[in-house]
Amino acid sequence: MAFTSITDQITLLRSQIAATESQLSKLRAQLSAAESRVETARHLEQAYQGGFPAEWIGETLSALTSEDLHGFPGYAAATPGGAGSPDDIARSIRHETGRAEKEFVAAPEPVRSRWPLSGEEYRRYGRQMIMKEVGLHGQLRLKQAKVLVVGCGGLGCPAAAYLAGAGVGTIGLMDGDTVEASNLHRQIAHSTSRVGLSKVESAYEYLRELNPLPNYERHPFHLSPSTALEVFSAYDMVLDCTDHPTSRYLISDTCVLAGKTLVSASALKTEGQLIVLNNPPKAPGDPTGGPCYRCVFPKPPPADSVLSCGEGGILGPVVGVMGVLQALEAIKLLTSPSNPSINGNGLDPFDQQASPRTSMLLFSAYSSPQFRTIRMRARHASCAACSSVATITPQQLTDGSLDYAAFCGLTTPINLLSPQTRITAAEFARLPRDGSNVLIDVRDETQYAMCALRGSINVPWPGSGQKWVEAAVQKGALPVDGAGRELFVVCRYGNDSQLAVKAIQDAVDGGPSGTSVNVRDIRGGFRAWREEVDGEWPEY
Amino acid sequence: MGGTVDLTVEFTGGLEMLFSDQRKHKISIPAEESKGQPATVAFLIQWLCDNLMKDPRKEMFVLDDSVRPGILVLINDADWELEGEDKYEVQAGDNIVFVSTLHGG
Ligand SMILES: [Zn+2]
Repeated sequence: MAFTSITDQITLLRSQIAATESQLSKLRAQLSAAESRVETARHLEQAYQGGFPAEWIGETLSALTSEDLHGFPGYAAATPGGAGSPDDIARSIRHETGRAEKEFVAAPEPVRSRWPLSGEEYRRYGRQMIMKEVGLHGQLRLKQAKVLVVGCGGLGCPAAAYLAGAGVGTIGLMDGDTVEASNLHRQIAHSTSRVGLSKVESAYEYLRELNPLPNYERHPFHLSPSTALEVFSAYDMVLDCTDHPTSRYLISDTCVLAGKTLVSASALKTEGQLIVLNNPPKAPGDPTGGPCYRCVFPKPPPADSVLSCGEGGILGPVVGVMGVLQALEAIKLLTSPSNPSINGNGLDPFDQQASPRTSMLLFSAYSSPQFRTIRMRARHASCAACSSVATITPQQLTDGSLDYAAFCGLTTPINLLSPQTRITAAEFARLPRDGSNVLIDVRDETQYAMCALRGSINVPWPGSGQKWVEAAVQKGALPVDGAGRELFVVCRYGNDSQLAVKAIQDAVDGGPSGTSVNVRDIRGGFRAWREEVDGEWPEY
Repeated sequence: MGGTVDLTVEFTGGLEMLFSDQRKHKISIPAEESKGQPATVAFLIQWLCDNLMKDPRKEMFVLDDSVRPGILVLINDADWELEGEDKYEVQAGDNIVFVSTLHGG
């Protein structure tokens, strides 16, 4: 029994010590807070006596109440029951300095009504706000602006990052793709850990981390004609960061119909292009509006002349430069006092300038000079989208009667050859390696140097059958008499290899009669080789 | 008169592939077309096709007697529409650029 009561006593003593220590630390915190307040009050008093204007005291106090006091040492501990709210502390400082409330010209008010931006916003955007090109008014315009970024890839990632960093109030992100490892060398908002995630979600995570203040609207799907007008109408400006003519025409047409300025960029290999279209975004038929994409390119390029980044290659900083320039042009337009595409906030009257001359910026990383600006035409008098004789209407767009894919032509995988002249990668792998067959690799020298099958002969496809056959004969890849060994042709995806086989067949048909040649292409090229035969073959 | 005009022509946006992988070419073309008219950009385009372009894929450069859709022609850093398009008469020292539009992003 006695033993139990002693242990109880020990427990009790311990808890009393803990409670006393806790009270002691609270008292210390209160003391420190009080000392700080007296110190602040003393400084203010000195400043006031020293000619510190009364208005400044009001502002200083307001700043203290809203910001600094939240980080005041011991502030949280010293305010049981809310008795130490910023206003209370301010009041006590007034009391301690002996100043009655009415002596302060500007009574402390909540920050929101005192300043148009929050303290966090002044800190975050101060470095751009102190420039006359932006200023407070420009920052407020950015905050009011709603910008849609169509495509969250090599252009969209840097563009959205700089728009978010600059404090654009609403940023829409649209893309239907998911992140792949081959994106990461240029699509800076994505990351290794987010491979497989929707690009919109991935970009959203990156941007929210960069700046949590903007409102991010997520559109995790590809743009379609039926919904484009509805989506665009919620924004002030659109950035075309997509990668295909189909979407470029659709975005431009929608911008014209919705009255939005379009900042359009593109990049491939070592070059990029940038143009601000529909600026100013006047109604169709108004010749003072800026030209649209159709004014510049009335007809789409032939489908087979269009190279994607996956086919042609792209240097990361090249597309990055173009995306950053898109953000720059957007910020310039959004902060401009004369920009009619943004509803004014009443701070500045619109100043009616002459329409800006449209220009296009060409960037070529390996040329000198790297940048060149060219003067562009005005709106085209017979443009299908923006002229007085325009044929593209909102109804047409929405009801799907405009077939953009058909307009631009479709590139489907080619299928030129009969099954007898084709072989699967798996079948080819089982053939004897006894010199009875020849493998011709038609990829370019750069790709051939990355990875190639031993014993293969590299004869790059130059785009023309006749030239290729000449080169193949020159390199000894084709038997002059046409007889004997079996020939196989391989490429990256299995398109050029078919063209090459066709070229050999045509050459034989046009040659002396009686000759024949046994030539087949490997279906699906090295992509199939990787899938069917060699899992370690580099995927690029 | 039978004279020639010295020009610089440039190909970018991938078009250089059709012209021996070389972006900038200094050329001299006849000052007059066959009918005795001063050489125009239309004449220049045909001349380039016949004389400078070694690649057999002519359709990648010209289509229906003009540059194919998707190629911008710039005359001294201005869109050719501002200069009279293919009727512009070339002058000695002109810089004429052919740009294929890019679509990647
Ligand atoms: Zn137009």
